[in-house]
Amino acid sequence: MSDTTARPGEPKRRAWYEKDAKLSRRHAADKRLRAYGIAAIVFALGMLATLVGTILITAAPAVTQTMVTLDVVVPEGAVDPSDPRGGSYQKILNESIARIFPEVDTPREKRELRQLFSNGGQYALRDKVVSDPSLIGQAFAITFPLSDIGDQLHKGVIDRDLPRDQRRVSDEQIGWYDRLVEQGRISAPLNWGMIFNADSRFPELAGLWGALVGSFYALLICFLVSFPVGISAAVYLEEFAPKNRLTDLIEVNINNLAAVPSIVFGLLGLAVFLNFFGMPRSAPIVGGLVLSLMTLPTIIIATRAALKAVPPSIREAAIGVGASKMQTVGHHVLPLAMPGILTGTIIGLAQALGETAPLLLIGMNAFITAAPDSMFNPSTALPTQIYIWADSPERGFTSRTSAAIIVLLGFLVCMNAIAIYMRKRFERRW
Amino acid sequence: MSLSLLFAIILALAMVGYLLGRANASGLKTAGKNLHSIPAYHGYYIALWCGLPAFLLVLVWLAAQSTVVDQLLLAGLPSHMTEGATPARISLVLGEIKNVAAGRVFGTPTQAVLDAAARYQSLKDTASLALIACTLAAAVGGLAFARSRLSPDFRARNKVDGILRWLLIVCSILAILTTIGIILSLVIESLVFFARVPVTEFLFGMNWSPQTPIRADQVASTGAFGAVPVFWGTIFISAIAMFVAIPVGLFSAIYLVEYADKKVRSVVKPLLEILAGIPTIVYGFFAVLTVAPFIREFGMSLGLDVASNSALAAGGVMGIMIIPFISSFSDDAITAVPQSMRDGAYALGATKAETIRQVLLPAALPGIVGGVLLAVSRAIGETMIVVMAAGLTATLTANPLEGVTTVTVQIVTLLIGDTEFDSPKTLAAFGLGLVLFISTLVLNIAALQVVKRYRERYE
Repeated sequence: MSDTTARPGEPKRRAWYEKDAKLSRRHAADKRLRAYGIAAIVFALGMLATLVGTILITAAPAVTQTMVTLDVVVPEGAVDPSDPRGGSYQKILNESIARIFPEVDTPREKRELRQLFSNGGQYALRDKVVSDPSLIGQAFAITFPLSDIGDQLHKGVIDRDLPRDQRRVSDEQIGWYDRLVEQGRISAPLNWGMIFNADSRFPELAGLWGALVGSFYALLICFLVSFPVGISAAVYLEEFAPKNRLTDLIEVNINNLAAVPSIVFGLLGLAVFLNFFGMPRSAPIVGGLVLSLMTLPTIIIATRAALKAVPPSIREAAIGVGASKMQTVGHHVLPLAMPGILTGTIIGLAQALGETAPLLLIGMNAFITAAPDSMFNPSTALPTQIYIWADSPERGFTSRTSAAIIVLLGFLVCMNAIAIYMRKRFERRW
Repeated sequence: MSLSLLFAIILALAMVGYLLGRANASGLKTAGKNLHSIPAYHGYYIALWCGLPAFLLVLVWLAAQSTVVDQLLLAGLPSHMTEGATPARISLVLGEIKNVAAGRVFGTPTQAVLDAAARYQSLKDTASLALIACTLAAAVGGLAFARSRLSPDFRARNKVDGILRWLLIVCSILAILTTIGIILSLVIESLVFFARVPVTEFLFGMNWSPQTPIRADQVASTGAFGAVPVFWGTIFISAIAMFVAIPVGLFSAIYLVEYADKKVRSVVKPLLEILAGIPTIVYGFFAVLTVAPFIREFGMSLGLDVASNSALAAGGVMGIMIIPFISSFSDDAITAVPQSMRDGAYALGATKAETIRQVLLPAALPGIVGGVLLAVSRAIGETMIVVMAAGLTATLTANPLEGVTTVTVQIVTLLIGDTEFDSPKTLAAFGLGLVLFISTLVLNIAALQVVKRYRERYE
């Protein structure tokens, strides 16, 4: 053990159990790296939490919609019973508002008073009278939304204590609103209109129905095209294709297509579907076709993985009892691979549902106030509707945008949950 | 008659064909004949012959109908309306005629337009009638043809397999067609654009203001298409995004693979993946609603002048979106390093951190680099975050607190709304799209090459 004895002039060697400065530095470095890792994860998850949190908080006001209940009298002469659509319902409403606020008489005050009520009131009244013409000549109560500022006032978004020039409502408007509250005319039921109304310029009337229908049509087309085509392509490449230049080319192609930016698919849709084939602008069918081209690589890649996971013994057994190659695939391999294929398809469709950029380029961000009645009519989709609302200046649209995002995220969560459930439930290990 | 009804009829005819073929073959079998294929395949054979040609005919017809009808309509217009007219003028006339035909009359159309609208309507009616007639003829013809070929020793199974095989091939070629479609549409429109604006000016020009003059005598904004500031903005925002995403993604991957226990990993990893599943429009709204105001307030409190659409906000949020890409690629790469290399390092007395830094990271580097390249390609192609959170004006600046614009933002703003298809403004979008397509393609191929080479080393 001569080497453990210290030579003169050299520092004394320490035993292995003694700590020295270098070792603790090395351990400190280890701890630091660990801390960086934890910090990185905390940052990423913190951002996720902030994102979800802010969206939830901003969406909260849109859960309810402030409504006002007015007593309306539809005079005999004001509406023609044979043509109840033609009546001047705004006038009738104005009269019943004036009965509550008899002191309002200057034009400026009248205008400010009307600003408190939604423009949709006259249509609510019209629809009620049209559906039941016997109401003409009678007094009855009607409930319709307050306007955006009334809604904000009710939800406390507008701070009453601010000086007049910093808030968007006048003192008179606050007074009128308070009188409506005193008379028990204000209620705030759940905001079903946000789901079942079509789009509108007025936040209190705007809803997602048109966008939901448009997204449904687009996803339907996307599924009808990309599911059969994707499975066929994958089956050919995985089960039949000879190894040659052409199939190599197709493979490289599919992998690259999966990474092409989505906006390029929008350019393709614009140049080919709209410009070359002359398909209708803003229509869900074009959106669906563009989305299906984007989803195709995802489905092909997922299907090929699922086909690869089916063991060769299955194929050999089928061939052994006299099945043709096509029968082997159709009767045995594909059914066994189906859970994996469906999982991949649902994930691909979920991506397609959230895709915005290509739909903007083919005009699915148009302002359309009715749900499309076929897939050839102009329409918006859920993400493009979010884009339109996010761009709108009215305060009420901020909460509605967040609420629409929650609807979109809800759909995505459901689709992914189904995919995960299917993977867990039907996955087979051979 | 609606399309879905037509498809339903084709389907019904094919079913009838199937039943016919099967019944016929079963009859032969009970009569004691020896069949080559089981009866069902006789049925499939007829069904395919009945359904496929008719279905393909409908698709081709629909693709061609509007163009053909337009040409017929144009040929029938009085010569003073079409002679010497520009394509834009002609498409305007066609649009008016179609509007009138659909009952959306604006103003008072001329007699010629009214006549043309009536003719358009009758052409359309004829076309859809002809479509129905031809489809039905094709379906019935196919059915009769296939039926006539059936006999006891007809090799129905082989024939059906052959047809299906061709169908599969056609489907996989569709993937190539998509790529060809992308390349053709981008290249053709870009060539038209470069005929008006020289390539060199587009690629190296320093001034980007694509607003073309509305009136001929307008002084300002003649339209300048020097895209360098746009390219710079894209690179700048992507760089900010990578500046956020690479450290966070890499460190979290290192922690998850080497330090975290199984339980933490099984919770944290899926949570990180959620970040990749959130649609980009949500990130865009998050940037506008929360991040940009926060950065602005924070900068103001330090006495800095921050633009409301600062590159920092857009790039930072994009970085958050990209974290899961980097972390999952790094995760895979580090996991793929053989355990023996870790064991070797530990045996030499290295700490975990030293093993990671000096053994695992160098070994996993190609995989990580491949992931980073893919993430960069993702960042420069990302659209919605920058459309909502980045600026519209092209400025050459290296200050992250100012607003810059990107290629994707310009494509969207140039093409959004109704634009005629032959103005340089619209075409410029395709030029930008071509540049975007090529650069992402190069990045993707480079990434795949890097990853491939690294795989070869350890497998």
